[in-house]
Amino acid sequence: MAEIRVEDLHKSFGDFAAVKNSNFVVENGEFFVLLGPSGCGKTTTLRMIAGLELPTSGRILLGGDDVTFRRAGERDIAFVFQLFALYPHMNVRKNIGFSLKCQGMPQAEIDRRVQEAARILRIEHILNKSVSALSGGDRQRVALGRAIVREPMCFLMDEPLGALDSEFRHLMCVELRGLHNRLKATTVYVTHDQVEAMSMADKIAVMNRGEIEQFGPPQEIYARPASMFVADFIGSPPMNFLHFHSGIQRGSGEARLGDAVVQMPALHEDVAPRDLALGVRPEHIAFDDASTLRGSVYGSEYLGTTQIVTINTPFGQLKARTKSTGEVRPGENVGLRLASSRLSLFDTQSGRAVRSALFEGAVHG
Amino acid sequence: MAEVRLEQVEKRFGDVTAVTGIDLTIHDGEFVVLLGPTGAGKTTTLRLIAGLEKPDHGRISVGGADATPLSPMERNVAFVFQQYSLYPHLSVYDNLAFPLRSPSRRQDEATVRHAVERVAKLLRIEQKLQNRATRLSGGEMQRVAIGRALVRSPSIYLMDEPLSSLDAKLRAEMRLELKHIQQDLGATVLYVTHDQTEAMTMANRIGVLDHGRLVQIGSPREIYESPRNIYVATRLGVPSINLLPPSAFPAHPAPAGTKTIGARTEHVGIARANGGAHAQVEWIEHLGDQNHLHLTIGEYKLVTLVDPAVELSVGDAVDIALRQPLYFGADGERIRG
Repeated sequence: MAEIRVEDLHKSFGDFAAVKNSNFVVENGEFFVLLGPSGCGKTTTLRMIAGLELPTSGRILLGGDDVTFRRAGERDIAFVFQLFALYPHMNVRKNIGFSLKCQGMPQAEIDRRVQEAARILRIEHILNKSVSALSGGDRQRVALGRAIVREPMCFLMDEPLGALDSEFRHLMCVELRGLHNRLKATTVYVTHDQVEAMSMADKIAVMNRGEIEQFGPPQEIYARPASMFVADFIGSPPMNFLHFHSGIQRGSGEARLGDAVVQMPALHEDVAPRDLALGVRPEHIAFDDASTLRGSVYGSEYLGTTQIVTINTPFGQLKARTKSTGEVRPGENVGLRLASSRLSLFDTQSGRAVRSALFEGAVHG
Repeated sequence: MAEVRLEQVEKRFGDVTAVTGIDLTIHDGEFVVLLGPTGAGKTTTLRLIAGLEKPDHGRISVGGADATPLSPMERNVAFVFQQYSLYPHLSVYDNLAFPLRSPSRRQDEATVRHAVERVAKLLRIEQKLQNRATRLSGGEMQRVAIGRALVRSPSIYLMDEPLSSLDAKLRAEMRLELKHIQQDLGATVLYVTHDQTEAMTMANRIGVLDHGRLVQIGSPREIYESPRNIYVATRLGVPSINLLPPSAFPAHPAPAGTKTIGARTEHVGIARANGGAHAQVEWIEHLGDQNHLHLTIGEYKLVTLVDPAVELSVGDAVDIALRQPLYFGADGERIRG
């Protein structure tokens, strides 16, 4: 297993820059997720690591070796695609062992590796079944089995769960992460689904228009988004933005939204008067009659343990996640208390987060 | 709008019983969601009400009158399908006006215009009326499809997974919109889905279907908090309800006959172990707003939500205290503890 190092990676298709100056390191044994909307460059990045595309400039190092211009077959990686692409005329055992057979590996060694992969994936009981008779989940396990038997230096996965329905997808996430915990293989995983990324990754790179907007552990990205794009892309519902116009001095921790003064982490830079957005996560909003920050309830959505309450305010619509025990009525005027130490502030025009005390110290939870 | 009543409705296709013994009343102005997996009989129920299928047994009445022998046209229902099925060669305006211009309902153009504009405003697509139907985003197309039903004033709106083709973000927006429109119009809606979030967030009442039978009907809160059996309990809740034998909790007194204890997050109290621990933290899944705590109790597994502020790490021993969990007997039915 090995470290993957990407340096100043750039890829253009004609006039279109698909990936711009990417830099990141996936450490040995890490589960790394490239996350972003379609067209953001995440799959292109993965294909360059695999050797299926050549970069326009930059370098890729695999376990310290420069593999930038080496062919895919010489890179010792295993690729798992979104489409299962199994051989329909072969049974599960033959599908899993196929690549080893092509390499000319002795049958006894193939059998041993297939058995081992099947044990790890818990599919020993279906080894002799035809793949066309399998459920979506089992087909996905077989596709993973084909990657595992090769015992590669790293796994590259392109939306491998994209074809599964949402409830089942989450079960497979738990399973994939469990598998990673057992194999400890360096893994690069591409997805547009933030829940998948949050639930599995050691580190996430959020990509937008060919650029990495933020790189870090999931909780870090969730708690301290570097941009409005990241804040909006992560979370369900995503981060709320309260829009206001103001100038705020360095060291101040007060945002003035109309009559309401909201305490927030002290700023580490001066902000000249401009359009700003105060970012607050749905679970950091509580009802408080004494608050001068007010809104009117638009609707509530019961989810069992919690509920999502949508509130219209003069600064934009908010979604709050609260315990489902407190009932609210549409049209009701409510006061809102925001968890001061958790708030983000963004410059609306550039979309960048303003540096503040939020970015100091450890992440909670 | 009108009340719709099904009495002992049954429908078979050859040897397969699609629905049986369905007793269901959808009150005037009510939003009822039928929830169940593929093959539970949701869509068949809708089609029976629409008159697209004839029941083998039972009675369907609309507004107090027996509708069982009536054709779909005579029943005056509006159907929204999962696929948008818009007319690609027509503008948004003409797509919306189409149902009103059908020969049987022939209305004058001023009335049509009034109805179309009102609905376009409601759905916030008034800027798009002159666009070709195909030159719209997925969300807009779905609004037009819903709008085509809304321009009419039927007895009931029947909706078959109308949001399932939208992406997650848009689906969340449309849920709230649809609920609002229904309330504003005082519309009677029967909506079928396999998505528990849609059911919980929009329904006045949820009917849970299993193999063609209506197992339980009640408000989302009733269904969530007081399920009749294990099947209903597993339909709602994220993470799913934990189902464990009483032996997993030797210290917890379960009523006689309990075969399975159903423990949702709110039934599970977690405390750092104080000696007599019996559970261990296997993994903490950070989903941002919510963290799923995966625990092992001997050979069993349990998943619960954990407050992000609680400091626990993998391998920690914890105590689990159950607070009023659900109890189920050997037949899967609930035992009231």
